[in-house]
Amino acid sequence: MTRLFVAALIYVAGLASAPGVAIAANSVDAPDTMAERMKPCTICHGRDEKTGRDAYYPRIAGKPEGYLFNQLRNFRDGRRYYRPMALLLENLSDQYLRDMAHYFSTLKQPYPPPEPMASTPEEIKLARKLIDVGDAARKIPPCRECHGRELMGTQPFIPGLLGLPRAYMIAQFGAWRSGGLMRRQSMDCMSEIAKELTVKEANAVAAWLAAQPVPAHTGSGVGLSAEMSRRCNIAQLEEALP
Amino acid sequence: MKPSLFIVVSFLLTGLGVPPDLSSAPAVQEKAVSAAPAPQTGAKPVAKAAGAGLLEARGAYLARAGNCMGCHTAQGGRPYAGGRSLSTPFGTFVTPNITPDKTTGIGRWSADDFWKAMHEGKSRDGRPLYPAFPYTEYTKVTRQDSDAIFSHLQALPPVTQNNPPSRIKAPYNLQPLLSLWRTVYFKPGVYQAEPAKSAEWNRGAYLVQGLGHCSACHEERNPLTGTWSIEGGETLEGGQIMGSNWYAPALTSSLEAGLTEWPVEEIVQLLTTGVSPRATTSGPMAEVVRHSLQHLTKEDARAMAVYLKSLPESKPRPKANAPALTEQVRGWLQQGADIYKQHCQDCHGDLGQGVPGIYPPLAGNRSVTMTPPVNVIRSVLNGGYPPSTAGNQRPYGMPPFAQVLHDGEVALVLSYVRNAWGNRASLVTTAQVDRSREGMH
Repeated sequence: MTRLFVAALIYVAGLASAPGVAIAANSVDAPDTMAERMKPCTICHGRDEKTGRDAYYPRIAGKPEGYLFNQLRNFRDGRRYYRPMALLLENLSDQYLRDMAHYFSTLKQPYPPPEPMASTPEEIKLARKLIDVGDAARKIPPCRECHGRELMGTQPFIPGLLGLPRAYMIAQFGAWRSGGLMRRQSMDCMSEIAKELTVKEANAVAAWLAAQPVPAHTGSGVGLSAEMSRRCNIAQLEEALP
Repeated sequence: MKPSLFIVVSFLLTGLGVPPDLSSAPAVQEKAVSAAPAPQTGAKPVAKAAGAGLLEARGAYLARAGNCMGCHTAQGGRPYAGGRSLSTPFGTFVTPNITPDKTTGIGRWSADDFWKAMHEGKSRDGRPLYPAFPYTEYTKVTRQDSDAIFSHLQALPPVTQNNPPSRIKAPYNLQPLLSLWRTVYFKPGVYQAEPAKSAEWNRGAYLVQGLGHCSACHEERNPLTGTWSIEGGETLEGGQIMGSNWYAPALTSSLEAGLTEWPVEEIVQLLTTGVSPRATTSGPMAEVVRHSLQHLTKEDARAMAVYLKSLPESKPRPKANAPALTEQVRGWLQQGADIYKQHCQDCHGDLGQGVPGIYPPLAGNRSVTMTPPVNVIRSVLNGGYPPSTAGNQRPYGMPPFAQVLHDGEVALVLSYVRNAWGNRASLVTTAQVDRSREGMH
């Protein structure tokens, strides 16, 4: 009740806007930091992954800088389609997007605990084969070849696969396959690979990855094979980095 | 010193040193020359004739002032290669490729052809153009400036890119109708200086009315008996921006975005950096600042500011009244105040004071109390960053709240903000919040 009364008082004072009844404002703190500037991002991409009404918001802290920069540009320039991100980034410079990518790539935040393993032994076997060995006949490289031995990504462009929820990865597989979310991405190797995978395989891989704990030291690997660099058009990505 | 560089420098000095001529066009040209970015000119290949290089550089500057690239570039596409869709009540216009490619661009055009488009609104083959291309404003551009822009465009790398045809709805696709519209509403004519006003004011008017084509958004454009109506020419009295569901506020109204009360320095700051102590640009205006206005010389930005500040107050638009403070309304506003405290107060302050230049104040902010409330609704739903500019490279931003607040909550918090700290405006309804999503690009 007191609160209501005070609010009403402020309100009435505001209406009257007579200098005599002015109420001193508490000053707002807006520190000159990237954390303060990134508030529009962290409302969704916080410490924990979050599921909203329309989408799942993945954690972005600690992802490779080049990967984040590339995704930010893709959102801004319409190559990866998600309207809220496009609207947010539409008038920002490459340099600012680089600063953002750098900030989030160096941000250390704890990972969520792994999801409980829900797969059958056959599904686990199927997932491990694709992750460790791949399927050369269908030109599917093992996940580890690009996403790192520890599956925690490869600097500077390839994101890690652990610490992500199963539902997010399944959605991403679907997006790569249909081309709906990631239309006209310069890097289309994942699109090729996702199209080769059956739904059963993609689901098995996502379930297995989501159930793995994130290793204690979470650094990304370095380097990509010449073959995969070519398929993923890494040269084109490198041009955009400083 | 290379001769070409020397000529540039001496030209620049001439441009700066010559006292402004009040007899219109020459003053305009001198100023434009002074505006040419010198380093770019200096970097041109030596084989290029110095005069041509200079003309191109001036053209590049003027093309920025006209934001040609803004429409003639698709999202993430090659600059000037066209392909951007402009949706309007008349159909969807797809902008053409204006790089000098001979088959898909304007490589076969002459300076005369280009002038005909800019000045008369006619294509190379004589067809009348639709005013989605703002020739109703560009007609005020001088021949010299048109030639400079053409020379810049012709010096661009040609891009071979065919764009899909525009899809214009019946009956607007009938040429006679377009011709009729032109007869009624379009009068070709280069800007004529007002001798009673200063050279600075005239330069500002030339830029605002011509290349700046501010009236393309800041003026109502309605389909009226099958035609496009621009009532009364250059009025800048505000209007809904076609196809984008943003309201471009009146630049002539103290209730909207009229600038009479603003110091010239703050107007310049808003135009060139995207932020100012009292206002922050968002939506289409942020785009204009990023691609066009931030590149203006100090002199040109100031000239625009001086002209905009001088615009006379227009007749107020009809607007919905602020609510009577019944028990029920107070209850709603209290609910809005609670939402404000939880989600908005950290940045905008307990009395809506904000942090000038960083988080816009909401108390006394006309974009908050304006009718219609679509802009402020969109700001809450989508958030946004003001543009990255040389003067504000890493802007602070507003988080999107569409995924946090329901439409009803957005309506409540905005109703509160529009009626707190001295603000008075109509309540925002849930339906208005929902409708603001239409046509979102």
